[in-house]
Amino acid sequence: MTRFLSIRFLQASVVVLVMSFVVYGLIGLMPGDPIDIMLSGDPNMTSEDAARLRAVYGLDQPLLNRYLSWLGNALAGDFGYSRQHHQPVMTIVLPRLLNTLYLMICAFLISVAVAIPAGVYAARHPRSLVDQAINLFCFAGISLPVFFLALLLIIFFAVVLGVLPAGGMKTVGESSFGDRLRYMVLPVATLTIANIAQVTRYVRSGMIEVLREDYIRTARAKGADENRVVWRHALRNAMIPTVTIMALECGTLLSGALITETMFSYLGMGKLIFDSILANDFNVALIGLLFACSVTLVLNLIADLLYAALDPRISYR
Amino acid sequence: MVSVISTETASRPMQDASMPPPLSPALLVWRRFKRHKAALIGAGVLIFLALLAILAPLIAGWRGQDHEVVDLFNRFQPVSAAHPLGTDDLGRDLMLRLIYGGRISLFVGLVTACLTASIGTVIGLVSGWYGGRIDAFLMRFCDGWISLPLLPVLIVLAAVDPTKVGLPMAIAKSPDLSLYRIVLIIALVAWTTSARLVRGVTLTLKTRDFVQAAVAQGASTARILFVHILPNALSPILVAATLASGNIILLESTLSFLGLGIQPPVASWGNILTNAQEIIWSQPMQAIYPGILIFATVISLNFVGDGLQDAFDPRTEGR
Repeated sequence: MTRFLSIRFLQASVVVLVMSFVVYGLIGLMPGDPIDIMLSGDPNMTSEDAARLRAVYGLDQPLLNRYLSWLGNALAGDFGYSRQHHQPVMTIVLPRLLNTLYLMICAFLISVAVAIPAGVYAARHPRSLVDQAINLFCFAGISLPVFFLALLLIIFFAVVLGVLPAGGMKTVGESSFGDRLRYMVLPVATLTIANIAQVTRYVRSGMIEVLREDYIRTARAKGADENRVVWRHALRNAMIPTVTIMALECGTLLSGALITETMFSYLGMGKLIFDSILANDFNVALIGLLFACSVTLVLNLIADLLYAALDPRISYR
Repeated sequence: MVSVISTETASRPMQDASMPPPLSPALLVWRRFKRHKAALIGAGVLIFLALLAILAPLIAGWRGQDHEVVDLFNRFQPVSAAHPLGTDDLGRDLMLRLIYGGRISLFVGLVTACLTASIGTVIGLVSGWYGGRIDAFLMRFCDGWISLPLLPVLIVLAAVDPTKVGLPMAIAKSPDLSLYRIVLIIALVAWTTSARLVRGVTLTLKTRDFVQAAVAQGASTARILFVHILPNALSPILVAATLASGNIILLESTLSFLGLGIQPPVASWGNILTNAQEIIWSQPMQAIYPGILIFATVISLNFVGDGLQDAFDPRTEGR
């Protein structure tokens, strides 16, 4: 187990390292560099000044040298300053990451809580009216653009009914937990609806597959209670492939979070990444993207561990 | 349900005047596809939208309107005979802009899906056929690629300055750049699904007798891959490409909505919604029409893909 974990941890570190280089290179390809931005802010600067500044900040160095010096600083815990917020990158990123995690965890838990019963029911009664309704809902869920879903929710709940805020994090001057929650309802609902559809589809197809197995017939034949057959014999086996897909699906949740946060002005990672890319805030964009990659990697690892927990035949030793 | 091959071989020896002629595989697929009502409706919706997109210039000529000319005196006109859906914030006919937007969105969906399927097919064929180190390398690369957060990466790619990657000015300043760019960057991130699929099919096919026979006859690798294996992998590729084109249209509209995809004044369903959040208080319907069109297109594509899957492979029906 320890061996498995350490190997996976090593692999993940290598992947993050490679990604940091790729992302560093990509960000360098975005329009404008810091000196250009300084130049446009100060009409008195000459091109000699610009060249000197480039040398001071090391921007005249080749890509690999710049990357290595960034990496050296990053490993020593110095991720640079945000151009937009005039604060060290980590002071900005960490609270944002926490906000996004709240959003994602709520959406994930609610969608699993709804999707598993729905998927199991649909699989037990294939081609029934309810199954067809669930199927239609799933198709609708995966076909609806997240930003449009957010717009619809805003139009309905904020414009027409006026019961929920259209965006933001909290009412000015109010700091109660209930107020925070009110602002989270619509973003969480947006993310959840988009996610339920996917998870339900996986649970349903996994269950249909498993319910055809011989051991299910055996369990029924020996007189096991139908609920026991479905929830203990079948679901546990159906969850093995589903869990992996669900963990990967969290990557989609992360992309969804980017749009949702932008739509609702929710101060999370996704909005931070989007805003910093648009504002040429390179240091923040870089760390934001790396965090997003790392979250996906960690989720993959969790999926592998759950795999072993659900299926005793698999063990990591 | 009998499979395509067994129907053909079983009915041939018994053929006589009293028997109907055997069904062609295409006809069988069509018969099964027809049974999937949602897929049939989806196909109808897609054909209708495609016709509108193709006929867009004719419709514009017939209505005597231009979808890009700004007319500030006619902002937010209500619904009328001249403007069946009213006008937008710059006084342009919303219906015409939606029709032209469909031209872009459907074009991006179709072209990118073809490009994605081609890249994926080549990588999948090579990976599955050669196996060993090449396969291991390509599949690990694929895994790494999938673990990238899709949308953030697309946003970075969409923000890349074309002159910094060495594109000549003529292309970098071309008004169609945003169109080419979106096709290219989506294809760049979306090829993994079809690559894995084709690799899987290649792995199973390469042990089959007809492929072994081709090898024994000394057929070149290219001939085996493209003449013997590829045709047998076409139906899953077609299904995957149909489903992928729905996702591609979603990604395109999202990027255009965020202002990073198709650039105005060219209309796309996504960028018509760009400033929708400011107008929902006064003109909520303006935000709803383009969204419904995206939704209708994508759900139709998903249903058609599902129907094709059932039609090609009856064993998967109802799963």
